[in-house]
Amino acid sequence: MPATLTAPEVHTPAAPLAAPIATLSNITKRFGSGTASILALDGLSLALRPGEIVALLGPNGAGKSTAVRLLLGLSSPTTGQARIFGQDPRTTSARIRIGAMLQVASVPKTLKVREHIDLFRSYYPSPLPVAEIVGIAQLEGIENRLFETLSGGQRQRLLFALALCGDPELIILDEPTVGMDIEARRGLWGQIRNLAARGKTVLMTTHYLEEADALSHRIIVIDRGRIVAEGTPAEIKSRSASRKIRCHTSLSSTQIWAIPGVIAVDLIGTRVSISAGNAEAVVRTLLATDQGLSDLEVVSPGLEDAFLALTTGPR
Amino acid sequence: MATLAASFPARPYSRTARSSFQLFAKETKYEFLKLFRTRSFSLSVIGFPVMFYLIFGIANRGAHQGPVDIPKYLLAGYACSGMISAALFGIGVGLAAERAAGWLELKRASPMPPLAYLLAKCITAQAFGLAVVAVLLALATAFGGVHFSLREALLLLLMPLVAALPFAALSLLIGLSVPPNAAPGIVNLIYMPMAVLSGLWLPLRMLPHWMQIFAPALPAYHLSQITLGIFGYQNESSMAGHWAALLGFTLLALGTCWAVFHRAEENA
Repeated sequence: MPATLTAPEVHTPAAPLAAPIATLSNITKRFGSGTASILALDGLSLALRPGEIVALLGPNGAGKSTAVRLLLGLSSPTTGQARIFGQDPRTTSARIRIGAMLQVASVPKTLKVREHIDLFRSYYPSPLPVAEIVGIAQLEGIENRLFETLSGGQRQRLLFALALCGDPELIILDEPTVGMDIEARRGLWGQIRNLAARGKTVLMTTHYLEEADALSHRIIVIDRGRIVAEGTPAEIKSRSASRKIRCHTSLSSTQIWAIPGVIAVDLIGTRVSISAGNAEAVVRTLLATDQGLSDLEVVSPGLEDAFLALTTGPR
Repeated sequence: MATLAASFPARPYSRTARSSFQLFAKETKYEFLKLFRTRSFSLSVIGFPVMFYLIFGIANRGAHQGPVDIPKYLLAGYACSGMISAALFGIGVGLAAERAAGWLELKRASPMPPLAYLLAKCITAQAFGLAVVAVLLALATAFGGVHFSLREALLLLLMPLVAALPFAALSLLIGLSVPPNAAPGIVNLIYMPMAVLSGLWLPLRMLPHWMQIFAPALPAYHLSQITLGIFGYQNESSMAGHWAALLGFTLLALGTCWAVFHRAEENA
């Protein structure tokens, strides 16, 4: 789908004010009991609105999969409430409106791609046509292959296909692009965008920051069971507000420190790296005072920097 | 949550009988296909009883002990061991593997009725059990010189329907409770001693006396006595007692499954 790939990425929820279709309300989830217990989620609340792509981002053990399992009714909260379309997620009437792609090590190996799809379609009252599922998940030409003969990427695409079988309104993807090469990953991103364009709501967990940045309208960063940040990818990035200015200059570090707005200076020989809140003003001063300045570069913090800043607090 | 309820009225959904039937039929069809194509399962479940029967049963062609036709007597035991291994290896090992791989969880997140999953496995075990019995019947008739009345043959072919239930329940318990990697080993550790101590492979009276005392505690013993009863070869013990023992064992296993499952749910 090259068209979707080259299209500008618009980080705007399709319907920002619509009522949420799925909610976790003030959830705590404790595993075990007594002193050995682990608090996996600690007062977590989130809401998914129709048509938006939300990325749940967090380090390993942050509680992402626990949150997904609660939304799917595979686990019950210790306190708080999970609701899908206003219903208990364990009910069949909620489940027929959701499609899930979980981290599955293996599916029955001796069934064909077509047979797996046929079986999952039978679980839903109004499934997508087989041809459409095969098309969206890019499984053309391998419909009659046994699962055991598929590559890692093809296996992930089959799991994606199974999530689509019921033509669900809400699609939950747990680490969907694990094991895919970059081309396959971008292909799947395109398909996820298409789903949102068709009004589907997508929640995905990922540890690929690039993926959350490229795909989602909204990122929810969680750490140790709590939400530490929530917003558009741009908002998350601006959390670590400073930008980096790099250049070759003959100015001394004292002169650079004197420029208003500079918050860090790292000078190695004539190569300097400056962190500043108001990068434009600092650059203007630099250019005015050093006519020989060269190799100027201004870098926004990556999502990765923002993410690390948000989640590497004291443990 | 008033706004939620207003925007997204819960749409109660219940399947029609027809779509339920189609769902259950597909689940069963693919469970069977899956195991049929898993050669390590299908060949060994059918192959082992057939091989043993050829070696020990057919080789005793024409041998009698009093009124008992030895190849016919042995057929009952090997048929039972085939029916039991179809359930234990098909359901127990299969369930443990699917649980470990996360496949069961994906199925549980889908709207699949859990009963469809369990019934598909149970019916598949019955189908493999039936295949074993049919092959053994044909071999015994063709090469073992064994004569069956129509009633005997039909009752024997019905046995897999009965046999699957207690051993499906036991398999479910194994599949739910043992560590997945250990499942094939544990199933073998249960199956083989049980087969020997229940007299499936060798008549009980050929075992040392101290080994014979375990039999009444084992469901496979009661199943084999019921099967032998079709030919009138059972011990003196009452048939009703064997049926009651199988029923009791099934209920006990299912009850334990229920407890294990609920404990797992609470910790999920």
